[in-house]
Amino acid sequence: MTATENPPTKYKYVGTRPVRHDGLEKVTGKARFAADLDLTGQLRGAIVRSPHAHARIVSIDTSAAEAMPGVKSVVTGADFPAIDPADPAHDEAVNNIARDEALYVGHAVAAVAATTMDEARAAAAAVEVEYEVLPAVLSIDEAIADGAPIANSTNRTLFTGDTEPSNIASVGPFQRGDVEAGFAAADVIVERTFTTKAVHQGYIEPHACVADVGQDGKATIWASSQGHFAVRSKTAKILGWGTDKIKVTPAEIGGGFGGKTTIYLEPIAVRLSQKAGRPVKIVMTREEVLSATGPAPASKIHVKMGATNDGELTTIQGTLHYSNGSAKGYAALTGAMSIASYKFPNLDLMAIGTVDNTPKSAAYRAPSAPQAAFAIETLIDEVADQLEMDPIDLRLKNAVVEGDPTAMGAPHPKIGFIETLEAIKNSEHYNSPVPEGAGRGFGTGFWFNIGEQSSATVNLNEDGTATVITGSPDIGGSRASMALMAAEELGLDVHRITPIVADTESVGFTDITEGSRATFATGMAVVNACRDLIEQMKDRAAVMRGVAADQVAWIDGAAIIEGPPSEGADPVSIAEITAAAKMTGGPLTATASLNAAGAGPSFAAHLADVRVDEETGQVEILRYTAAQDAGTAIHPSYVEGQMQGGSAQGIGWALNEEYVFSADGVMQNAGFLDYRMPVASDLPMIETIIVEVPNPSHPYGVRGVGETGIVPPIGTLANAIADQTGVRMADLPMSPPKVLKALNER
Amino acid sequence: MINRTHVHCSVNGDEVDFLASDNTSLLDALRDELGLTGVKEGCGTGDCGACSITVYGALNCACLMFAPEAEGREIGTVEGIAQGDHLHPLQETFLEGAALQCGICTPGFLVAAKVLLDENPSPTETEIRYALAGNLCRCTGYDKIIHAVQEAAVQLNGAKS
Amino acid sequence: MRYAAPTTVDEAVGLLAADADARVFAGATDLIPQIRSGRPEPSVLVDLKRIDRLVGLGESGGTWTVGAATPTSKLTADAAFTGAFPGLSEASGLIGSDQIQNRSSWGGNLCNASPAADSVPALVANAVRAVVAGSNGERTVPVEEIVTGPGQTSLADDEFVVEFAVDTPPANTADAYLRLIPRTEMDIAVVGAAVRLTMDGDTCTAATVALGAVAPTVVRVPAAEAALVGSTLDDATLEAVAAAASAACNPIDDKRGTIEYRRQVAGVLAKRAATIAAERANA
Repeated sequence: MTATENPPTKYKYVGTRPVRHDGLEKVTGKARFAADLDLTGQLRGAIVRSPHAHARIVSIDTSAAEAMPGVKSVVTGADFPAIDPADPAHDEAVNNIARDEALYVGHAVAAVAATTMDEARAAAAAVEVEYEVLPAVLSIDEAIADGAPIANSTNRTLFTGDTEPSNIASVGPFQRGDVEAGFAAADVIVERTFTTKAVHQGYIEPHACVADVGQDGKATIWASSQGHFAVRSKTAKILGWGTDKIKVTPAEIGGGFGGKTTIYLEPIAVRLSQKAGRPVKIVMTREEVLSATGPAPASKIHVKMGATNDGELTTIQGTLHYSNGSAKGYAALTGAMSIASYKFPNLDLMAIGTVDNTPKSAAYRAPSAPQAAFAIETLIDEVADQLEMDPIDLRLKNAVVEGDPTAMGAPHPKIGFIETLEAIKNSEHYNSPVPEGAGRGFGTGFWFNIGEQSSATVNLNEDGTATVITGSPDIGGSRASMALMAAEELGLDVHRITPIVADTESVGFTDITEGSRATFATGMAVVNACRDLIEQMKDRAAVMRGVAADQVAWIDGAAIIEGPPSEGADPVSIAEITAAAKMTGGPLTATASLNAAGAGPSFAAHLADVRVDEETGQVEILRYTAAQDAGTAIHPSYVEGQMQGGSAQGIGWALNEEYVFSADGVMQNAGFLDYRMPVASDLPMIETIIVEVPNPSHPYGVRGVGETGIVPPIGTLANAIADQTGVRMADLPMSPPKVLKALNER
Repeated sequence: MINRTHVHCSVNGDEVDFLASDNTSLLDALRDELGLTGVKEGCGTGDCGACSITVYGALNCACLMFAPEAEGREIGTVEGIAQGDHLHPLQETFLEGAALQCGICTPGFLVAAKVLLDENPSPTETEIRYALAGNLCRCTGYDKIIHAVQEAAVQLNGAKS
Repeated sequence: MRYAAPTTVDEAVGLLAADADARVFAGATDLIPQIRSGRPEPSVLVDLKRIDRLVGLGESGGTWTVGAATPTSKLTADAAFTGAFPGLSEASGLIGSDQIQNRSSWGGNLCNASPAADSVPALVANAVRAVVAGSNGERTVPVEEIVTGPGQTSLADDEFVVEFAVDTPPANTADAYLRLIPRTEMDIAVVGAAVRLTMDGDTCTAATVALGAVAPTVVRVPAAEAALVGSTLDDATLEAVAAAASAACNPIDDKRGTIEYRRQVAGVLAKRAATIAAERANA
């Protein structure tokens, strides 16, 4: 059942479901996304992309393109400063535009700006690039094979100090206890290798930006991005400019899910604009988005698990390979780090990131956790089968609680995994019979969530309304949550508060909206700013009533004067205070900034009933329930939305989504026809159960909720398929041809 | 050289005219020539429905029409769904039911859902899901969208009786 | 490149005859994606939808006439047409989303010549005829003679399909079309199976079985048809139908399915479609 009735809340505004402040624009078509903006005199940009998976760029001749009608500027890698490969910014800079090595099919090598899109495309086609084709590496297995060609000549393995070129991006061991002894003492051992393909975040809005460089050399950028301060700093770094020369305004963003925490277009657009002296707009096509932006990594994960007959999961050993695509990243490390839900006293995980000649991977909701959870949740289910234990009970017996270690060894803070498991165990879905012929599966997920830096400014207007200004692009309804927290703090009706997301010149530095951090960290900044404002308003009220400041309390959105001489006097409302502001000291405004600590991890547990057509391999989802610990649900509708959206993405990842490459590394399904994301008829209603185990480190107990929802579905569906058919799928996606093949071999 | 055609048609009830290259899609013409940026490009190949419009009330993808095809036709976009400052019940139920997160797919869904309810005032959940199968959403998992359509159907049927 | 919207068949023929790179279109649902993915643009885009004959639908004297550019949504909305040809109607209705349905047409679906076209197996199973117009006048051919291979037709540069003709089936006859797609909508068929049966009580007296997406063009399955005729569609017959369907396939491995998968599922769908057609024929 969807939680349409709110659990009783101790708050007046937090926990309610007001209509979001930016909603009207979005249902009338007026909301401005980056591709909707047009500047006078703007040019359109088109990007030239490598047709080879790996090649040395011998030369680029842009003379023919430059002579074509309407062309006003052209750039290549030579138009950007070289960055030392040891610099952390190097890989993203090279990914934006190649220097001397094209690293994947679709890698940008040049760009043109012209007065129309047709002219820009024609000119892009006329750029002559001479390539020396090099051997390409197209998979994890190819990358780690003996004698493999080097996919990226600048790659050196992180954390080892190695100076030799390598296809290994990173090596990360995680250990505790004694796995040998653990396996020796185990009664049940299960072991399996799991393989998954690259998948795309699948945001419906392609990347887009408009850049305008003035005669003063300053760039103004409107960008579709999850973090406009990051757009500013990354663009500055890639161009070699100071951040004072770049202003970024976040357009409304049409989905990101982690894929828009990195940048692809802005440095190119700025440089084209600078050279042409006119604004430049670049909008990716869907083909470019799917084939040339960063997917979530492919993986190959081998796990061996040991348990005792009474259901203690004692031992886990695993090697986790993740592909980072064309340049190093942390894909393998976050995967291993996400294995943090069960006590496993003996643990030995080796996380190995690889590099190959496919697009540089990018973050996708709970990066690398879904792949790891596929393995862990399947194997735990196999243990439950062998022990004839209920799968939820087995997990309850081993679930981490506060103080238990994560894979990295740090202890969990207060968490709600047990409560989340019990929420499913007590759910109507779980307690209903499995439909005839169907299978039921259970799975869980975890994400640690992050804090990081946020700023907020709260201004009180003359009439007692308020504006809450933050720098967190709103990718899921966080604006509404900021207004709710401000309403709760100030005691001001949420409909008298306007939350906005301001540009890089109008609000303090704020880190990217990622890691499920906006409601948590930016919310804390909003709360702190409100508390500062309350102190200011109390002081003003004291002046207005002629009493000492310490006689003023703030209760229910008004200043209450305690003690003589105004005892019994009416409360002083916000509107009265703001109306008198000029006389009592001037405008009322407060700003707060922080590097937020204490982000609360969020656990999720999912339950699915499926019916597999055993003659065709198709999997139909009959019923789906998602439970997740939100700490406190500031706006329950948007918490549910995150849970449902994450579930749908996980379901797509499980059943049909995958990158298909040719032998030459060309993506074969760079369109929504053959990159198969779930459509409305593929899914049932997704019932949600919001669990609330408040995070003690946040004033309202918030835990980030944006990411965890994508982690359980794959394991949940794999377990449901196994429940009906007895077949354990270990390779994603579990598409009909593969399911039928597995059934044939049963 | 690409021929340019002077197109005369009706958009959201207004007589309009514009000039477009013959190979331009109606999607690009609506956005670039008429400023109707509520019609979105998600894929350009008819696979996502973000560019959904109506032609004489029938649902179409604007990206799969050449601009000159609009000649003499009645086109409807998301910008024409509200009547003055009165939102259509679908727009209200989408807002109240939180049936949008990033909002990029919302215009297409509103156009498609309105066509559905105009033709089938009391659709079942399955009928709604198949009618909206041509509209991709990546944020919501469709749940709240389906509920919003069901709620709007109730309101529209209530208003008639 | 330019757009033209003729209002008569002769005008359209004239445009095609004058320029070898002129190309007709109805819904453009394949044309526009193809141009976008690099296929050369036609020199003239000849829009057929302003020609009344091309967008008609009607029955006269026991024969249905369907315009080549008639949107398939018009077919599925027509109760009489759907009642006479439930399988052909459902096949037509599976060509894409509701948005696509207001554009897709038999002419486009057939002449685009994708091996996986949803309407074509059902067109073949119902012995639909295509009326082709060109500089030399009009000619009528069975639909299976139009498509010669993936993306290829037997039409000359100055020819296009104007309309289709299909005779009202005899009594106790019905058809069914099933397709396998990975999702529930929005996919190109991995396998398509159309079966049309005439029943005399429990016994089948006539059968056509046609498969799509399992060979370069639609294939008839004579062995399956022979197994069905004279049978009561008992389990042994249905197994024979499935085996014959699988054997008739000549599929490829591609991003949508494997050879083994297509062969196996062709058998499953042929069996299921036959069962549905028989039930409908006796309804």
